[in-house]
Amino acid sequence: MSEATVISRSVRASRGGLTAYAIWLALALALLLLPQLFPSRLALSTMSLMGTMIIFALSYNMLLGQTGLLSFGHAVFFGLGGYFCVHALNLAGDYGWPIPLPIFPLVGALGGLTFGVLFGAVATKRAGTAFAMITLGIGELVVSLALILRRFFGGEEGITTDRTDVLSFFGYSFGPQSQVYYLVAAWCFISVAAMYAVTRTPFGRICNAVRDNPQRTAFIGYDMGTVRFIAFSLAGLFAGIAGGLSAINFEIVNAAQMGAVESGSVILMTYIGGVGNFAGPIIGAILVTWLQLVLSDATQIWPLYVGLLFIGIVMFAPGGIAGMLAMQGPVIAAGKLHRVAPYYLLAAIPGAIAVIGLSILAETSHQFSIRAAYGPSITLYSLPFDVTSPLPWIVGLVLAAGGVWLFLRAARLARNAYEEAIAGGAA
Amino acid sequence: MNDGVVLELSGLFKSFGATEIIRGVDLEVRTGERHAIIGPNGAGKSTLFNLVSGHLSPSAGSIRLRGEEIAGMAPQLINRRGLSRSFQITNIFPRLSVWENVRCATLWALGYKYSFWRSIDGLDDVNARTEEILTEIDLLDRWRTPAGVLTYGEQRALEIGLTIAGNADVILLDEPTAGMSRAETERVVALIRKVSEQRVLLMIEHDMHVVFDLADRISVLVYGEIIASDTPERIKSNAAVQQAYLGTEAA
Amino acid sequence: MIEIIVVSTLNGVLYGMLLFLMASGLTVIFSMMGVLNLAHASFYMLGAFFGFEITRRIGFWPALVVAPLLVGAIGMAVERYGLRRVHSHGHVAELLFTFGLTFVIKEVVEMIWGKLPADYRVPGSLDFAAFTLFSSDYPAFRLFVLLVSIAIFLALLLVIKRTRIGLIVQAALTHPGMVGMLGHNVDRIFMLVFGVGVALAAVAGVIAGPILITQSNMAGLLGPILFVVVVVGGLGSLGGAFAASLLIGLVQTFAVAFNVSLADLFGSTAAGEVLSVWLSDIWRVTVAQVAPILPYLLLVLILIFRPRGLMGTRDT
Repeated sequence: MSEATVISRSVRASRGGLTAYAIWLALALALLLLPQLFPSRLALSTMSLMGTMIIFALSYNMLLGQTGLLSFGHAVFFGLGGYFCVHALNLAGDYGWPIPLPIFPLVGALGGLTFGVLFGAVATKRAGTAFAMITLGIGELVVSLALILRRFFGGEEGITTDRTDVLSFFGYSFGPQSQVYYLVAAWCFISVAAMYAVTRTPFGRICNAVRDNPQRTAFIGYDMGTVRFIAFSLAGLFAGIAGGLSAINFEIVNAAQMGAVESGSVILMTYIGGVGNFAGPIIGAILVTWLQLVLSDATQIWPLYVGLLFIGIVMFAPGGIAGMLAMQGPVIAAGKLHRVAPYYLLAAIPGAIAVIGLSILAETSHQFSIRAAYGPSITLYSLPFDVTSPLPWIVGLVLAAGGVWLFLRAARLARNAYEEAIAGGAA
Repeated sequence: MNDGVVLELSGLFKSFGATEIIRGVDLEVRTGERHAIIGPNGAGKSTLFNLVSGHLSPSAGSIRLRGEEIAGMAPQLINRRGLSRSFQITNIFPRLSVWENVRCATLWALGYKYSFWRSIDGLDDVNARTEEILTEIDLLDRWRTPAGVLTYGEQRALEIGLTIAGNADVILLDEPTAGMSRAETERVVALIRKVSEQRVLLMIEHDMHVVFDLADRISVLVYGEIIASDTPERIKSNAAVQQAYLGTEAA
Repeated sequence: MIEIIVVSTLNGVLYGMLLFLMASGLTVIFSMMGVLNLAHASFYMLGAFFGFEITRRIGFWPALVVAPLLVGAIGMAVERYGLRRVHSHGHVAELLFTFGLTFVIKEVVEMIWGKLPADYRVPGSLDFAAFTLFSSDYPAFRLFVLLVSIAIFLALLLVIKRTRIGLIVQAALTHPGMVGMLGHNVDRIFMLVFGVGVALAAVAGVIAGPILITQSNMAGLLGPILFVVVVVGGLGSLGGAFAASLLIGLVQTFAVAFNVSLADLFGSTAAGEVLSVWLSDIWRVTVAQVAPILPYLLLVLILIFRPRGLMGTRDT
């Protein structure tokens, strides 16, 4: 009796603990204060995009991480949410409906939910590989249809809107980017909180059960098809909110936003961040959005680097970045972080060298084959190279090969150190 | 409910392609009964469980649970009618903690279904029931451990926990003591005795000590047919059973 | 009309056979290894670009042999050093690995050959009219592509029916769980099967490159249709993949050939006047424009009415 009550109380208490409130308060404060730290227009629009992508990636993880469903067509709901939002904005503007802008992401949510229910009814009849292929097919179907139904989807150019046309909200017109940022931030906070809450409900737990062992859930009374269907619909709803915010942010939606590239990029974000952890997709959305911005400025072949990062994560760190961070928990708890940190540094240096070497090889061959018209000279890491000479190739090859070799050795050492620290902590 | 018959199988057939695995099984399980099914390997015992629990649908025949036809129903529908089963090969949720494993199994019976609007940690009846089950299967001190890293014996106990958590009154246990040491087996037998007090139990078991220790009634399945269904004493002395199954052991 | 039907049938069978060249490898890999290789169309694209590059430097005939061998070797390396490693992380990780591969292969192709279509032409030795059908010439190269696909199809059939490896593949197709029991050389068989599978896709790339467009988006365009083929046929069913390949090949070619819209059919009637206002988008769409949607529509319909696919037995 004694221990039983202890567990029951601690479980009950864990839901409204002080630390939990502190984390949510900190998140709200961070969202409020970020514009003071990064007030530039570029930073504000980047953060607006990140907020949107956080919602999108988390909605995707309701499928992949929580329920074990690998969808290749999640952008459909993002895009449709955007279209519904844009059309609602245009109608409201034309007819003077007294609806303020912050309400409109709900229209996106409704669009996402409606089509989540519709497509979910078909897709969740199957699971596993077949489900993945069906979602891929649905994505292709919707994009091809969009190019035919021009009145609703606006063809290749898409549909534009003006977010300042609708009723102002307590005097805010939402013309300036900073006001849009706060709109996104507010919806981001609401959506993150709502999606977190869902993970802590009976349904959320049953989703995990379906992910772990779908067949067994039938023998504890649950219909796995229904569980998947509800998860799919809810994921559609939140993706629709993200799509609506994106439409408000950019004032345009086009068919490409429902397509395979967008669906692929949400997979990349979610998985790189980590599917096993609620915070993973948030980290992934922020990191990948930032990488896209920084890398696309620096090089034309930036998607190659993001793709390689993704493959690296799939092969070597299936828990994603959040998973790697979570692995440090026991080390910190044992007070041994100072023991392993030097090994991490030791691995990071040759790792960085390998990345530099690989990028030199990639950029050199890119210049050599495609951009030959621009001449043989290229500037890499502030150093001038001539791609027709063997020098950059040799430098790249040596750095890459040497870096990888050293990294693998250092990684082994780091792993040993980590395991030692954990074992020591347990003893 | 005629004569307290809870589970009634009649004229049950199951074939895979041309192979008949279950060939006309008739079986009655009554209120308060602990009923064991024994038989040589390949006799169709697990197939029989799969038919009753909805994992497979029969080729012909009927299965009645408290007079209601359940043959061919989906497993979850049968489970909701109060029949729950365990598996021969441990079948749990490996990444969820022991606590969450059992808690998930209590949810439907307590009426929470697909609720995505109430906090699970705030459901006092769910938490209390989960604790009760964990106490019963003696896994309370392992409540935070991911089920996948439990020892074999602990996983078998959890398997039984999942089976009884939904408060089903008919439980089917598929070789609950398979692969266990003597000491572990004794613990599981005690556990089975405890959990079957208020329930009807149907179990497949190879260990004859366990069978004769626990069962009120034994049915012998050979080549897809029940050749005898009787009290342990009479089964022991049944000539046909001795010849077909017990062989020299009983002689 | 008959001309359209005959030519469309020829082209449809041709396209279908090309699809099957890829779908067969995909199906065998899936049956044996349990992983649907999402990068299969990317290996087809690599085949086309390798074919283009080798044709440019040496000639088409060496390219037809060397390019698939090269792609097969790359495939084996990918299996050995990538996929096998990911296997322990589970099913989703394997799918995601091949998904990441599509991304990287596309980028590498763009890095080397750019985004514009490559100038991959029909080789001179096959650039003539094979025969004249009604009023139009049928190009010899198309006939060649058809013959190569059929030859490989027959060779494949022979290998599967008559050789030891073929027996193992057959066993895997019917009893996917049993492959693990094959013993210690199962790793080598997996590597070989993966290599041969993607090499077949590369053959398709080399011979299809000159008639379809050799461009960095060709994998992205073809991949989804390929997956429709294997799902519609029934995952893991070689016969189903064959039927679905031909079906989709024919449906798409015929749809493209018929340039009819609802407006053409009902345009002048009174009802047409009313409908044309309300359905203006759908009204003017021709069957040809709908062609890209048809495979996906077929996929959805099959899933509603026959969830395991045409000949599938498996419930993955």
